[in-house]
Amino acid sequence: MARDTLVAAVSAGWADPARLHAEGRTARALLDRSREVIASGLGVRPAEVSLLPSGPTALERALDGVRYAARRRGARTVASAVEHSAVLVPARARAARADDPRLLAEVPVDALGRVDLEAWESALAAPGTVVAALQSANGEVGTRQPLEEAHAVARAHGIPLVVDAMAGLGRDAVPEHFDVLVGDARSWGGPPLGVLVVREGVRWQWSGARADVEYGRTDVSPWVPLALAAAEAWQQARATTVEDEALTRSLVGAVREAAAGVPDTVVVGDPDDRLPHVVTFSSLYVDGEALVGALDQHGYAVASGSACTSSTLEPSHVLAAMGVLTHGNVRVTLPLPAVSPSVEADVADLCAVLAPTVARVRSELGVGDL
Amino acid sequence: MTEPATDPTQEPPDGPLIVDARGERCPMPVIRLARLVRDLPPGEAPVTVRVLATDPAAASDVPAWCRMRGQRFVGAQAQADHTAYVVEVTPTPAAAGR
Repeated sequence: MARDTLVAAVSAGWADPARLHAEGRTARALLDRSREVIASGLGVRPAEVSLLPSGPTALERALDGVRYAARRRGARTVASAVEHSAVLVPARARAARADDPRLLAEVPVDALGRVDLEAWESALAAPGTVVAALQSANGEVGTRQPLEEAHAVARAHGIPLVVDAMAGLGRDAVPEHFDVLVGDARSWGGPPLGVLVVREGVRWQWSGARADVEYGRTDVSPWVPLALAAAEAWQQARATTVEDEALTRSLVGAVREAAAGVPDTVVVGDPDDRLPHVVTFSSLYVDGEALVGALDQHGYAVASGSACTSSTLEPSHVLAAMGVLTHGNVRVTLPLPAVSPSVEADVADLCAVLAPTVARVRSELGVGDL
Repeated sequence: MTEPATDPTQEPPDGPLIVDARGERCPMPVIRLARLVRDLPPGEAPVTVRVLATDPAAASDVPAWCRMRGQRFVGAQAQADHTAYVVEVTPTPAAAGR
């Protein structure tokens, strides 16, 4: 779907939208139309929407803009401990450079991965706090965050809330409670394209702004074919979202049940208040790398939050913050049914091979008797 | 939380059991803990085990193992170059494995 759309978009919108020749004007019209489609899907105005090279870029920019606009009042960031690395890594670096650990408060989550609202409130009350960041749902474990409550607290303290919706847009309800919203067209089956929404009236300014590019929120004009493909993918995804959500939710339920039946295995994240298409579990005594490899042999492309699968050899900060088992971790993300028509049969097969695969990996590692 | 750094292999003979998994990566520290517990003689009295590890994953995985296996996680003690995780295990057949 995304491939065909992108090919057609390249033919139609290849020109530079900043030029005044006929092709340039066509590209400008297509870019404007794409922005309108995305804005309308998100329930915001087109001028509130900027398109950036990637979701993580947009997320980092979202926080930078709030902090820069508030630089005379403070520089402290509050974020849940399970936010995207694009939030936590730069904020930790900033605190380290300033030699001031108070510049970042990482608010703890419970065992399901949900932010602790009491700790959130006390973190926001600390002097010098200028921005709060919370995801709509966690892309690794699926748990949704209490955005309405978290936004009410941030509002009461006069602090803008940046909501990272990169994991759920196109698969789950569009967030309503935010001041700044970030998405990535990949989550709805489009190409990589960052979407940054700054609500009118929110104090936001980017220090590197050039007024003529994307409302002053980036210095790179989006490539029009990407914007067009993202908008087209949004319309296609929205047309199937209701059925898609019911189907993927039941398929994820089946995977959760199958994983829970594997000995010494924990299924991670909230069982109900969650993204419809993500499921994560951890099995004792196996390494995630071996499990990912074994499932790959069966033809399943799955991910892992275990340390042995990361370049840094650190376990997933999300699993660690939740205090759940980090080794033997497998994450299954179900594709849009429109992209993968055989998803029902594939999930049934996956459920059938889970227990024997874990048992085989355990016996290969010599831990089958533990 | 921090106690004076001592050579952990020089515990008195009646001191806690040691799993020295320093330098080993996940899931080895937990596997070695589980093997030690499996091989304990059956008994009713809880036994204290210290798991020494440098792998950052052990901070989540040792407490998670305790929760999944019905054992008691006592706490973590940061040492100079590793962390000691203190676990109280009950070596009954049900707790020692299946």
